[in-house]
Amino acid sequence: MRIATHGLTKIYDKKYQALDQLTFNVDLNGIFSVIGRNGAGKTTLIRILSTELLPTSGTAFVNNLDVVKDATALRNEIAVVPQEARPLPWLTPLQTVSSYLMWRGYSYRESKERSKDALRSLGLENLEKVKNRKLSGGQKRKLMVATVIASEAPIIFLDEPTTGLDYVSRKEMWEILSRLKKDRLIILTTHYLEEAEILGDRIMILDKGKLADIGSIDELRSKIKFPYVLRIMSDNVDINEDGVEIKRVSNRQTLVYGTASKIYNLVPYLVTNKIKFTVEQASLGNIFEQYVGEEDGGDKNEKEDW
Amino acid sequence: MKRRIGSQIMASILVNAIYAMINYPIILLNTLLAPLAILAVVTFASHGTLLPVAVTGALIMNMVSSGTSIQQDLSHLKNDMRLQDMIVSSPTTSTIYIVGMAISEIVYSIPTIAFLIVLHFIFVKTTILGGFIIFLALATTFTFSVSLGFFLSTFTSDIIQSWGFSGIISPLLTTIPPVYYPITYIPYPYRYLSYLSPTTYASEIVQSQTGVFHLGFQNFVISWVVLISITVVLGYLAVRRSRWREV
Repeated sequence: MRIATHGLTKIYDKKYQALDQLTFNVDLNGIFSVIGRNGAGKTTLIRILSTELLPTSGTAFVNNLDVVKDATALRNEIAVVPQEARPLPWLTPLQTVSSYLMWRGYSYRESKERSKDALRSLGLENLEKVKNRKLSGGQKRKLMVATVIASEAPIIFLDEPTTGLDYVSRKEMWEILSRLKKDRLIILTTHYLEEAEILGDRIMILDKGKLADIGSIDELRSKIKFPYVLRIMSDNVDINEDGVEIKRVSNRQTLVYGTASKIYNLVPYLVTNKIKFTVEQASLGNIFEQYVGEEDGGDKNEKEDW
Repeated sequence: MKRRIGSQIMASILVNAIYAMINYPIILLNTLLAPLAILAVVTFASHGTLLPVAVTGALIMNMVSSGTSIQQDLSHLKNDMRLQDMIVSSPTTSTIYIVGMAISEIVYSIPTIAFLIVLHFIFVKTTILGGFIIFLALATTFTFSVSLGFFLSTFTSDIIQSWGFSGIISPLLTTIPPVYYPITYIPYPYRYLSYLSPTTYASEIVQSQTGVFHLGFQNFVISWVVLISITVVLGYLAVRRSRWREV
């Protein structure tokens, strides 16, 4: 499946620019992670691609369907869990999923059957008749995912589906999404870079409404200046190597960013002085920092969490 | 797959009325209390003479409150639960969604409507034609109320703002205008003010069919023309101004 945009721009209230001439064309399968700081335009992009929001200018295509001109046809192909979507508290999980399926056009009986299957696949079958207000935060997020996977839609948009979940619940969600990606395309926005790295077959980095880059984790890593990280278990080391970046972190560690050869040059010094160390490939967090920078403040245009 | 429009409409009715009633039976009393409370006060204060007017007034109030309730429900589902975003991105169209939600408001009020119809048969004298005219006037009242509610829902960004609108609409359309009492009870020149409310025209039509108020043929026609015109204008505004897909 292909997603393509050309000059995609979104300006809210004639002054807040969320997307700025965004152009990309990418073939996708599995999970497509969209990352960026607050206000980078992640949610705006998802909302435009999922036909919830009209762009100010430019074009966008999902599976070769124009999100504006072919919205009706595209809506048969997609299902969306928006950011902050919550199950209605007065319904049960079974009623929640089945009513969504009925909105998609399934019969009452068919929607019940598919709902039970979806709830079972996410381990929620024992809760199908409990009122949603009694579910935990993790169960509510799972229920929202169950709602869309119960549909036949081959493309699923999940806008920050794990925000607010504890680590264990997030890992459960990762397992669910990993299973789901075998036969669907999932477009996922997240603030958790670890999540994007673990799940994303391809990753898009947005910065202030513009495309910073797009590719697999290895492709992104190959483009950055410092693809390796030397983690030294001491904050008292004397390193005089050109072409590396040194950062001392609080828990008595020093991080050295560099290329493989530059990092390799430092190893004899560490071994000789019996200083413990590890060498890692740059994580998505490291990559993200190198693309977007670390300065605080986000986008000055930020209206809300776009 | 084959999309069933009936299922799509039924989904709104289930979520917004039937499941709510099944899961929280207490709300069955909810819509009953407001019109019955005013009906009781008017009846007792008039020593029973205004009971037939109060019954028809309660029906009009029920239609208005059912119709305008869509404003709060749509606002809540859109802004607080983000449900509307999920529906926008689904094969359901805005028209199907709104029709389903409008019907759900009537379904939600079925206990009240049933009770008031029983009272109507017992205490209100009318002909078959009169009953049909009352039905049409109530249906028109519901239609303009739904349009008004839908129109206002497009301006609300949260439930508190939505409650603000409801708090204004209800007294202006049902409590203050001559819905529970004949318009002849309002002295001039204040009587003219009551004609600012579309429910006044609906009440005149309904009350004229129950014999408590004489409405000449010309005024009967004028009341219908005004009522239908307001319904058309509000319906047009609702369709034109509504934002199904955000900009």
